[in-house]
Amino acid sequence: MTDKSDPTTTRRGFLKTGLAAGGAMAAGGAANAAGDPLITEVQPWAQELGDGVDATPYGMPIEFESDVVRRNVEWLTADTISSINFTPIHALDGTITPQGCAFERHHSGAIELRKEDYRLMINGLVDTPLIFTYEDLERFPRENHVYFCECAANTGMEWAGAQLNGAQFTHGMIHNMEYTGVSLRTLLEEAGVKPEGKWVYVEGADASSNGRSIPLEKALDDVLVAFKANGEALRKEHGYPVRLVVPGWEGNMWVKWLRRIEVGDQPWESREETSKYTDTLEDGTSRKWTWEMDAKSVVTSPSPQAPITHGKGPLVITGLAWSGRGAITRVDVSVDGGKSWKEARLAAPGQDKAISRFYLDHDWDGSEMLLQSRAIDSTGYVQPTKAQLRDVRGLNSIYHNNCIQTWWVKESGEAENVEVS
Amino acid sequence: ALAGNLGLGRPALPEEVAAWDKDVRPDGLGLPEGSGSVEDGEMVFAEVCASCHGDFAEGVDNWPKLAGGMGTLNHEDPLKTVGSYWPYLSTTWDYVNRSMPFGNAQSLSNDEVYAIVAYILYSNDLVEDDFVLSNETFLDVELPNTGGFIVDDRAETELALFSQEPCMVDCKETVEITMRAAVLDVTPETEPQAAA
Repeated sequence: MTDKSDPTTTRRGFLKTGLAAGGAMAAGGAANAAGDPLITEVQPWAQELGDGVDATPYGMPIEFESDVVRRNVEWLTADTISSINFTPIHALDGTITPQGCAFERHHSGAIELRKEDYRLMINGLVDTPLIFTYEDLERFPRENHVYFCECAANTGMEWAGAQLNGAQFTHGMIHNMEYTGVSLRTLLEEAGVKPEGKWVYVEGADASSNGRSIPLEKALDDVLVAFKANGEALRKEHGYPVRLVVPGWEGNMWVKWLRRIEVGDQPWESREETSKYTDTLEDGTSRKWTWEMDAKSVVTSPSPQAPITHGKGPLVITGLAWSGRGAITRVDVSVDGGKSWKEARLAAPGQDKAISRFYLDHDWDGSEMLLQSRAIDSTGYVQPTKAQLRDVRGLNSIYHNNCIQTWWVKESGEAENVEVS
Repeated sequence: ALAGNLGLGRPALPEEVAAWDKDVRPDGLGLPEGSGSVEDGEMVFAEVCASCHGDFAEGVDNWPKLAGGMGTLNHEDPLKTVGSYWPYLSTTWDYVNRSMPFGNAQSLSNDEVYAIVAYILYSNDLVEDDFVLSNETFLDVELPNTGGFIVDDRAETELALFSQEPCMVDCKETVEITMRAAVLDVTPETEPQAAA
C-alpha cells in the first residue's frame, strides 16, 4: 500500500525521484525477487468495503486528481472579478471539457441568476418585441451540438515571446462542450425580423453586460441559445441558466446570462468591440470584428506541466486541435522544431468548430526534442508559425494568436515553453 | 419578416424595453436627453471614479487609464485610452452608463454620465474646461482615432498565405532556441502532472 507521507509516493516527490532515477516508474512496476507486494499481498480495497451509493449524490473527482483544476495568473489583471482562469488541458484527454474545471472569463464576476428570475427580451426591428421566461425556452424545438469556446486572448501573453510555462496557461482559455438549446433563428422568427434588420445586439444580465454586435447572417445560421452543457444545466460561472453559443467565433461573443437580443440596422460598436477585441497592427491601425478563431493546436503532453517520467521507449504524444472555420482534417507533429513532420492520428474524424484529439505514438530515444504540432482545417488553412503571424500583424495584436507552439523536452523528460528560429 | 408561429413568449411592454434597452450607437441612436459640464464631471469623477481611474483619469495601479497615450498606437507598448484609441464617444457614454462604477453599475443619472464623459474628454485635452456635453452637442465630438479601424481583413492578408501545402521533410537546416519561458519565471507554481 502506498504511504502518502513517503516523499517518493507524493506527486512532487515521485516526479523528482522519478526524474533523478530516469524511470523509477518502470522499476516500480517490475517484479522483485519476492514479487510485487501490490500483487502478492492482499490489499485493503480487495478485502474491505468501499463507499455506499448514498455517500456522494453529486461527485467530485477523486482526491488524487486534485491538481486537475482551474488556475489563475494573478498579475494578468487588476483584480480577480474582471479576469480569466485556465482549463487544465495538460491533464485532460479526449475532447469534452469537464464543466467543473472549464475556464472562466468574467467582466463583473460570476452572477447568481435563478431560472425563476430569468427573462429574455427580443426587441428592436422586429414585428413583435417579446419576453420569454426560462420555461418558455424549454418549449422550443431543441438542438445538440459540440463546439469549442476559445477566448480571443488565448495565447495572447505569448505574442512578444515565450512567457508562461505550461499548456494550461498558454492555451487553456478554451473549453469544448456538448450544448443543448434553441437556435437563435427560431427565437428571432418568433418575434419576426423586419427587412431592415441587419445586425443583432446581444447582452448579458450581469453588470458588465458584455454587449456585442453580431451580423444577422451569423445569427440566423448556427448560433444557439443554450441552457445545457455536457448533459446538465450550465454552471453558474458559464452563464446559468442561459448563454449564447457562437460556433467558431471568439469567446467574448458567447454572452453569458443572456438577457436581451436587439435587432438593428447597424452595429453598435460597444466597448467590447472597440476598446477590447480589436487587434492593433504594426502601423497603429486596428482590425475590428475579427470574429473567427483560426485553426490552432497544441501538444498537451508532454508539456511543461506534464513531463516525461517513464524514461526512454514508447511515448504517447497527444494534443488538441480546432478551427473556427471548419473541421480539423489533419495534424502534423514535429519532434525537431519543424525540420521534419509526421502526420498524427486523429482520435475521431474532425467535427465542425469543435476540438479534435490527436495522438502520435512515438519511440523516444531519450534525447532532446523540440515538440510542435500543426493543425490543418477543412478550408485548407495551415496553422502558421509565430514568425509568420508577426510578419503580418506585428507584436501588439493581443488577440487571435494561433501560432505553432514549441515545447523543449530535455533529456530529463522535463519540458519548457520556448521559441525557436 | 420571418414568420414564427409557436406562440411562445408574450409581447414586451414599452416600459420593459425602456428599462433594458439602454444602448447607444455611434450615430447617437439611444441617447437620452440630458447634459453635463466638465466642471460637474470633475466633481462626480472625483467622487465615484477617481479611486481607481485617478483624479485626472490617468489610472491608479493596474486599473485602466482613461486618458493619455496619444500617438502611441504604433509604439512597442501602446497606451490605449478613450483619447488615444476609442473610435466613438457613444461607446464611452454607453459603457459608463451601463457598467460603471465597477461594483455599483447603473447608479448614475443621465446628467452625471454626460458630465463624466465631458470630463474624460477634457482629461484627454479634447475639449476646453467650459465645455458642456448634451444629447444635442454629442455628435459634434469626433474622437482622434475614429478612422483607426479596419474591418477584419484576414481573408485578403492571411488566408491564402497560410493555405499552402506545408513542408514535411528537410524544412530547415538548423533550429535554435531563441526564447525561454523559464528565464522570465512568471508562471504560478503548480504541481507537475506525474503519471499516476
